[in-house]
Amino acid sequence: MSQTLFNLFSVFTVACAIGVVVSKNAVNGAMCLLLSLVGVAGLFVQLHAYLLAFVLLLVYAGAVVALFLFIIMLLDMQGGETWRYRGFSLWASLVALALLLCGLDLLSVRGRLEAPAVAAAGANVGATLKHYSYQLFTTYLLPVEVIGFLLLIAMLGVIVLSQRFDPAEDPR
Amino acid sequence: MTASLNAYVMLSALLFVIGFFGVLFRRNTLVIFMSLELMLVASTLALVAFSQFNGSIDGDVFVFFILTVAAAEVAVGLAIIVALFRKRQTVMVSHLDTLKH
Repeated sequence: MSQTLFNLFSVFTVACAIGVVVSKNAVNGAMCLLLSLVGVAGLFVQLHAYLLAFVLLLVYAGAVVALFLFIIMLLDMQGGETWRYRGFSLWASLVALALLLCGLDLLSVRGRLEAPAVAAAGANVGATLKHYSYQLFTTYLLPVEVIGFLLLIAMLGVIVLSQRFDPAEDPR
Repeated sequence: MTASLNAYVMLSALLFVIGFFGVLFRRNTLVIFMSLELMLVASTLALVAFSQFNGSIDGDVFVFFILTVAAAEVAVGLAIIVALFRKRQTVMVSHLDTLKH
């Protein structure tokens, strides 16, 4: 049963991810991204990370994809784009493809990742908000503060960036 | 939990590859951005799988940080794209080649 669910969610996620990359229309891409994130959230539930699945849906599907859709509709991009490549870009892509396929092959053929025997019981099954917050406010207190500053700086940056530019002083 | 750790890591690598090629092949800045998000989510999946199979919570905590950074990144990136569109009236990478000439 669990294996079936895993297969189902993984096929769904990968199919939607491919949809993000190949869809001509950006709105379709955003919708595929949303579905793909739902699939990843389902995989998180399979991994007993219920809180993370919830947060992923909340932050990504709720905020990020909505923001993407807003911007796509704001910029009003319609029509396809051409898939033309030349010279260096094409070769770089081919080399990257070869390297990535090698990596996937090594991972699937030789890289038998074994989980430690201790974990067989599932030590953090159903880790609750209490466990997370305990970790966040003891071991990871410094990263939390740094992330807080990062968010503040990002907010200030967005405010500065979204000020209106004066086209007269643009040399182009 | 019958699916093995190997399967999860493979799936994560596959998602990462799809996002990677989205970044390489697409010309629309917004789609490139979405592929970038896909790559971040793929790494998140690997972290959660490792964390779960090792019986620790550390990887899960790092997913929080990744989510936060992704949210900040999307906000700043989309603000940059909007500013770019206001100036140049296009978001296609192939048209944004001033530095090339």
